[in-house]
This record gives sequence, structure tokens and C-alpha cells, in this order.
Amino acid sequence: MNLDELKAIREKAKKDIQLRQKEARIKIVVGMGTSGIASGAREVLRSFVDEIAGRNLVDVMVTQTGEKGFASQEPMIEVLEEGKPGVIYGNMDAEKARKVVAEHIVKGNPVLEYVIETS
Amino acid sequence: MLAELSDHVMDIAMNSVRAGSKNISISVIAAKEQNLLTVTISDDGTGMTAEMLKVASDPFFSTKKKKKVGLGISLLQGATQMCGGEFSLESTPGEGTTVRATFALDHPDLPPMGNLKETILLLCVSNPEVRFVFRYRLEGGEIVLDTNEIQEVLGGVPINNPQVIGFLQRYLDERL
Repeated sequence: MNLDELKAIREKAKKDIQLRQKEARIKIVVGMGTSGIASGAREVLRSFVDEIAGRNLVDVMVTQTGEKGFASQEPMIEVLEEGKPGVIYGNMDAEKARKVVAEHIVKGNPVLEYVIETS
Repeated sequence: MLAELSDHVMDIAMNSVRAGSKNISISVIAAKEQNLLTVTISDDGTGMTAEMLKVASDPFFSTKKKKKVGLGISLLQGATQMCGGEFSLESTPGEGTTVRATFALDHPDLPPMGNLKETILLLCVSNPEVRFVFRYRLEGGEIVLDTNEIQEVLGGVPINNPQVIGFLQRYLDERL
């Protein structure tokens, strides 16, 4: 493992963190229970991870959970943003995930056509 | 239902995460001489009692409260049985659980490996509070990755920082 590269990333990231002074602004929760994985949640999770890295979204984190009780609409994700109602998206795929990042996460406009519930 | 080994590994590892594990170790070792593929996932989570163990391979068992079905264990067990392999599930309440599955490497029903390095990336990045130790020895190469070592170098910068994710992607691509 090239530790020098990792150390350089650390120094740069520390500056970014000092600049922003806050925890994750948005949390994306991907349902990764057995049925979620079987219906393609993995590609959805991968898509979010790639978008976060590619767009350098330092204030967005993606995490996993089990089934959320809407098995017929897997893969499902929930976008949690402080001070706003949570938004649950269903029947996701990699392409829809990219659109959610571009529209909802970056611009603040939920993609209503994929929304199945708000909490 | 789960088509690839990388999905099974992800699924069983997520059981470990949900069992509150702080340390999860995952190994996938292909030993050509012995014609054996061994997948081991062990954790230090809440573990299961003897009664829970007995029913854990039952497709209709789940610790999750609602109607959810704990399919993952029985799916992996079924996959090993189809491939002339063995399956074992050991657990001690309060200490953790070890799932071990073997497969005959040349078995025609052996599920495809899938993207095992992606499984590493996704587990590390979406569960930053868990220490993962991965050991893979596959046809394409060998990899040992301990997220503790990465965290030590990072000194407080989270492993799910976008630039660290980019680093991990490049690192894994070079290895497998």
C-alpha cells in the first residue's frame, strides 16, 4: 500500500474538514438486506460511492441498513438531511442513483418521480 | 436469489454489521491444489444462542422483529450443498459468530465470484465504524487489507472521505 499517497490525502482532507467545520450534511441510507442485494442494491450503493468520490462530496455519507419493509420496491434508499423530512426512493438502479445525486443531493430538488414516501 | 459469491459475502457481512460487530474478518481463499474455495466470515457481534443456531439455517428464521425473512444464511448453505462443499455456523452469545462455507472449485454449479473487490470497497466505505480485515487469495491475485492500518495513517480523516474512497478504488484495482 502506498502510504505516502494516503498521507497526502489526509493532509488535504484535514484542510477541507477545517474549512467546512461540520459533520455529514446528508446521509444516504441504502437498504442492503438479502432481498435488497438480490434486487440490485449493490449497484445502487456503488453508484452513490462513485458519485461521492467523483464529485468530492465531503459532506455526504452513504451507509447501509437492512430491509425497510417495502420489499416490493427494492432497491430502496433513504436520503436524510438535517432539518428536513427524510425522502425514501424505491425501485432504484445505478442510473437513478446518479440522478438523485445530481438533482437532490447537489441541487436540493428531490426527484419526485422516484419518491415512494417521505418521513 | 444471490447470483454471485461477492453478494453472499456482502450479505453475511451485513448480518455481522447488524449484530453490532466492531471487528469483522472476511477471507476468500482459492486453493487449486485441493480444489477448494473457502469463504470465512467471522465477527465479534452479539452472537447466537444454541436455539438460534439451530433455526438460523431455516429460511423462515430471522432475528429481525417485523416480518423480515433471514434468508442469507440458508442461501449460502444451499449454494455450498449444490457444489459439493461444506457449511458451518459457529456462534457464542456475547462473543461472535463464524460462518464458513467451502466449495469444490471445479464444480459446474460454483457461483461466479462476482466483484469481490467491490465488496471490500462498499463494506469499508458504508460502515466506517467497523474494522474489517480482508484476506483474498484468488486466481487474479492476493490481497490483505486491514482497515485499522488505513485508519491509523488517516489520523481522524474518515475512511469514507471522497478522496480516501478514490484511493481505495485505485488500490484495489491494482491488486485484483
